[in-house]
Amino acid sequence: MRGPRVAVLGAGIVGAACARELARAGLPVTVLERGGPAAATTAHGEGNVLVSDKGPGPELALARLSLALWPRILDEIAERRPETARAVEWDPKGGIVVAATDEGARELERFAAGQRAAGVTAEPLDASGLADAEPHLTRDVAAAVHYPQDAQVQPAAAAAALLADALDAGAELRTRCEVLGPVTRSGRLAAVRTSQGTVEADAFVNAAGPWSGGLAARLGAPVDVRPRRGEVLVTAPLPPTVFHKVYDADYVGAVGSDAEDLRASAVVEATRAGTVLIGSSRRRVGFDDRLRPEVLSVIAAKALRLFPCLDGVPVMRAYGGFRPYVPDHLPIIGPDPRLPGLWHATGHEGAGIGLAPGTARLLADLLLGRTPPLDPAPFRADRPAALGDPSPTGGAA
Amino acid sequence: MSADARRHVVVVGAGPAGLAAASAALRAGARVTLLDAAERPGGQYHRTPPEEFAAAHPERLHRGWRTFDRVRRHVLTHPRCAWWPESAVWALERPDPGEERPPRVHVVRGPADGAGRRRHVLDPDALVLAPGAHDRVLPFPGWDLPGVYTAGAAQALAKGERLVVGDQVVIAGSGPFLLPVAESLLEAGSRVVEVLEANPAGTVLRGWGRRPWELASYTGKLAELAEYAALLARHRVPYRCGRAVVEARGDGRVEEVVTARLRPDWSVVPGSERTVPVDAVCVSHGFTPQLELPVAAGCALRRPDPASPAEAFVEVDGDQRTTSPGVYAAGEITGIAGAPAARTEGLIAGWAAGGGAPDAPELVPLRRRRDRDRAFAERLAAAHPVGAAWHGWLRPDTVVCRCEGTAYGALRRAAGEPAGSSARAVKLTTRAGLGPCQARVCGPTVARLLAAGGTPEAAAAEGLPSATPHHRPLAQPVRLGELARRPHTEQEREH
Amino acid sequence: MSPRLVPAEDDPIGRRRAAPLRITVDGEPLTGVAGQTIAGVLLAAGRRAWRRGPSGAPRGVFCGIGVCFDCVVTVNGERDVRACRRRARDGDVVATQSREAGR
Repeated sequence: MRGPRVAVLGAGIVGAACARELARAGLPVTVLERGGPAAATTAHGEGNVLVSDKGPGPELALARLSLALWPRILDEIAERRPETARAVEWDPKGGIVVAATDEGARELERFAAGQRAAGVTAEPLDASGLADAEPHLTRDVAAAVHYPQDAQVQPAAAAAALLADALDAGAELRTRCEVLGPVTRSGRLAAVRTSQGTVEADAFVNAAGPWSGGLAARLGAPVDVRPRRGEVLVTAPLPPTVFHKVYDADYVGAVGSDAEDLRASAVVEATRAGTVLIGSSRRRVGFDDRLRPEVLSVIAAKALRLFPCLDGVPVMRAYGGFRPYVPDHLPIIGPDPRLPGLWHATGHEGAGIGLAPGTARLLADLLLGRTPPLDPAPFRADRPAALGDPSPTGGAA
Repeated sequence: MSADARRHVVVVGAGPAGLAAASAALRAGARVTLLDAAERPGGQYHRTPPEEFAAAHPERLHRGWRTFDRVRRHVLTHPRCAWWPESAVWALERPDPGEERPPRVHVVRGPADGAGRRRHVLDPDALVLAPGAHDRVLPFPGWDLPGVYTAGAAQALAKGERLVVGDQVVIAGSGPFLLPVAESLLEAGSRVVEVLEANPAGTVLRGWGRRPWELASYTGKLAELAEYAALLARHRVPYRCGRAVVEARGDGRVEEVVTARLRPDWSVVPGSERTVPVDAVCVSHGFTPQLELPVAAGCALRRPDPASPAEAFVEVDGDQRTTSPGVYAAGEITGIAGAPAARTEGLIAGWAAGGGAPDAPELVPLRRRRDRDRAFAERLAAAHPVGAAWHGWLRPDTVVCRCEGTAYGALRRAAGEPAGSSARAVKLTTRAGLGPCQARVCGPTVARLLAAGGTPEAAAAEGLPSATPHHRPLAQPVRLGELARRPHTEQEREH
Repeated sequence: MSPRLVPAEDDPIGRRRAAPLRITVDGEPLTGVAGQTIAGVLLAAGRRAWRRGPSGAPRGVFCGIGVCFDCVVTVNGERDVRACRRRARDGDVVATQSREAGR
């Protein structure tokens, strides 16, 4: 193998996607993972591959690229490892967004029109269309939009499949390998010290999700990625009741909000196993992983407004995780001009599963000097929001 | 506002440990709320028939009935005690770091798994956790056939409902608990074909017989063992060491079991298989403590055997205090030692939780007894270990996770794939432990199999607790509607 | 033989003959006695299995104390009730459940 040696720091979905893209391009790749693969944020998400929640802009462009790449990647993996690809449970089930109030309906229709102009399929549903699509959904709905492009994967299996394909292409995986600090030579990141010795490379990709802010700081080039807590309820397995990813239009507002306190909106969808996943909350509480019954209560009440028939359904599990959050809600993808040798692929908040393939493509193109399929500028590592600059213009305060 | 300014102790679990804790906390002057998911106190050990049966002599099915009955009366009739039957603790909410108070206790009250239960929130000054343990059953081919029961199920049905599970029964597994189960079945008129202890006689005798000079202090326990031996002899029930049920067979229900001789590491001796016709088989390979509440409360665990990290107990000090402020633990969650030990621990925990004087003279003999019981627990663990080669009797298609139907072969394949080899990823991709029982049954087995195969549990990191099979933030299922409704707080209840 | 109740008249605990109760299971009437759990009524009526797991495998009582969730049934319209923990009431309408795909 030739080309720059790359060390990917983190074996979640984004690290796995980057490792695969780079290894398949023929680069020597080592993945360093603090714990085990796909064990943190990746294992605690719903597996969203969504366009419905994104308005026109760079994130939507990245989402559309990723949406096109996901099935292609899975087809490629299926040729080599059919079982591994099947386990990903790719399900283009589609999303349905509903608004409860007339005002919400107007807002949703405006939002969908903007998405359509940007190339997203967003089909308004009338009452009977909605009842056909989701027979158990409340009839008390002011407007509904169907997004047939929305899909779902089993996230841990998806990361495992990407990583397995990377390993098949020659990448190396080191688990329980924690990055402790940098080794710089003439201002360049030349190696990292780890719990398993020093690892040299020409490029280091920070793909540590919510921990990437801390990791970048340790390497000497801090980025403003913070944890944003989310909780999900899992019901006992049910006969088929929910057929799409169904959420209330508040979700888009909650994703885009900067509130520290609780933002909750109903997101309801079924899994292949028959369980129903009910989200979601957004709280900025650092890495506080305590269960908050009142948060679960709020999520439950909102979900019941959409699906009153779930009232008697037992919730058998609740879990929480941390999303990697950047204040301007855009991921950080590309080289860090402050520390040559350091690259970032992080900050995807709740969209990392969906955005992983596009992120990996963008990163690999930049690293290999190829022309990326979309403008990488909005994701720059040295933009003010990524550097933690509080002023809106990014100028010195 | 609370009219009663006394210290409020919440005790979770009304088995031998919880009842004793409640009674000691009352003696110490505290106000007590005693909770249990069951309708009647007693736990698994003192499971009693329903009131409708109007049993004139319930004591005939119980050891230690008089003590139980006395403590039960003291606690249940005490003016400072609120007894909450049919009350499930579904969450413990830890306070902010640095706040020296126990977690808030979230309860649903009403018939088991009912849809209209009421939510309550308790804010105690001290919390005693005494949730007990349940049978650990290692999988074997056919263990999911109807007619295969845990030993605890056979006992619960016999004691609690006067129902015998079969008339041609093999009892198998490991540990002294197999004996009272045999007693229950014989007493109820069923035929016990044989009792199989998987450990060879050498292991059992060495474990029981170590430090023989201490044995004198266990006269009660030894007398109990002698009674069981006499009972088995009277009914001509063979007790065989070094033999196990390695397969159950039948068409839609168990019709026969295959037993085999085991080496000390529980590997099967080839050619030693025997087929035994049965209509029920009762299995127990020891006990799994119910650790979801102590884990949710943030209590540190101790792992006595580094080779099997899933086996853990709550770490306690001399007063049964856990590492979590205001939280005490008593009974099987601190170590499997049986009902008398649980009672002693409960007395110590309840006294301390209730604010009793730490130098009270009656604590001295209690502590001594507790320490002796702990030594007994170690003796038990040494006499009835799970052999490292037990999984030799599994086949690739043997179900490991009963809920999701995950087979041993699928688990092995997933764990052997480096890209998905973290314990969490294996669980998520095979669904082992993700079903309705939430890994209560297969969790420790899966952890053991993964550890034996070299898959480490994920290291804990900030915001990422280690993937213990006991991590169940929702300790019991709650219906979505129940969750959505506002809870009753303690103050409202008292108005 | 199947699971059975110890006859009240032979029971050393001196049991009173308890009041009978009737429940229906998937429409079929079953008789039990007051105080039994729903699992107890089913077992004593000769039913060893009443649920199907994801593969279609039959499930009944395994742990008997509410830990394994093998025995869950729908009681009076409430899904996923542990039959081993729910006391049977006269007139209870019990429906069995299945995890098999498409059911």
